[in-house]
Amino acid sequence: MGDDHKHDHEHPDHSQLGEMQARVRALESILTEKGYVDRSTLDLIVDTYETKVGPRNGARIVARSWTDPEFKARLLSDATAAANSLGFPNPVGAHLIAVENTPQTHNLVVCTLCSCYPWEVLGLPPVWYKSAPYRSRAVIEPRAVLAEFGVELPENTRIRVWDSTAETRFLVLPMRPPGTEGWSEQRLADLVTRDSMIGAGLVRGP
Amino acid sequence: MIATDADLAGIARDGEGPVFREPWEAQSFAMALALYRAGLFQWHEWATMLAEQIKRAQGAGDPDTGRTYYRHWQAALERMIVERGLSDAHTIDRYRRAWKRAARRTPHGVPIELMPEDFRRQRDRP
Repeated sequence: MGDDHKHDHEHPDHSQLGEMQARVRALESILTEKGYVDRSTLDLIVDTYETKVGPRNGARIVARSWTDPEFKARLLSDATAAANSLGFPNPVGAHLIAVENTPQTHNLVVCTLCSCYPWEVLGLPPVWYKSAPYRSRAVIEPRAVLAEFGVELPENTRIRVWDSTAETRFLVLPMRPPGTEGWSEQRLADLVTRDSMIGAGLVRGP
Repeated sequence: MIATDADLAGIARDGEGPVFREPWEAQSFAMALALYRAGLFQWHEWATMLAEQIKRAQGAGDPDTGRTYYRHWQAALERMIVERGLSDAHTIDRYRRAWKRAARRTPHGVPIELMPEDFRRQRDRP
């Protein structure tokens, strides 16, 4: 196998692939060679999630429901269809359910098992959402967790924690802040934060 | 195990920050989604696989702060691919080593490409 030798030496200023990079490239080679996926599909998915899908989609849904009672009613009865009607695709393998915050009830979303998340309307989950402390504590002591996010709720506000599954993803419909009467949908959407649609934040007024 | 308040406070505020911290995370994410869309598994099957992987990693001492999430994702993907018979563990490992070998013979700054010779004499290297 002496002939191999000339290919085998390390380049003096050679590249390095980390362990995870090598593992990911291995799967990519295998799957593309066998035709299970193609590279342009992968690139499109990455591009979509890096640049096109994000919490702005959810913010548009929230702002629309603040200004359009008929849309809001549809959102609360079938969020998958309502999101669809604004041009957002169906959540991956799941139904989207919108839960409304009111003075009586505050909703908080978690996925205790594996970080299921409504990607199509919120983009990919933040690191803290995927962490063990959040996944366990949100269920056990939601009020303390919210306080750490700077959310202080009145004592008589009930907190409902929604545990996502592969089949159901939740979008919190936050309360419209006072002082925004007559605002346009776009201006309202700019107020809506990602955290407020997970229930880990409130939408602050002007 | 429940973390202290400080643990959560430390990671609570990351703005609306980057969705993938490294390109491989994005690639791994995209492969799972593409296979799902191609009908090779149901989403609930994927969620179960990922949850098991996270639990296993936790059991093995992973701090599970969310920063290792895509490592678990990749491990779950490898298992799913083997379970569905799309490939096998030996082949996956052979390709992994071939990629590392390809990197070593590629000058810095040049795109790394996999060549047939990268699969030869693999026993020499870990």
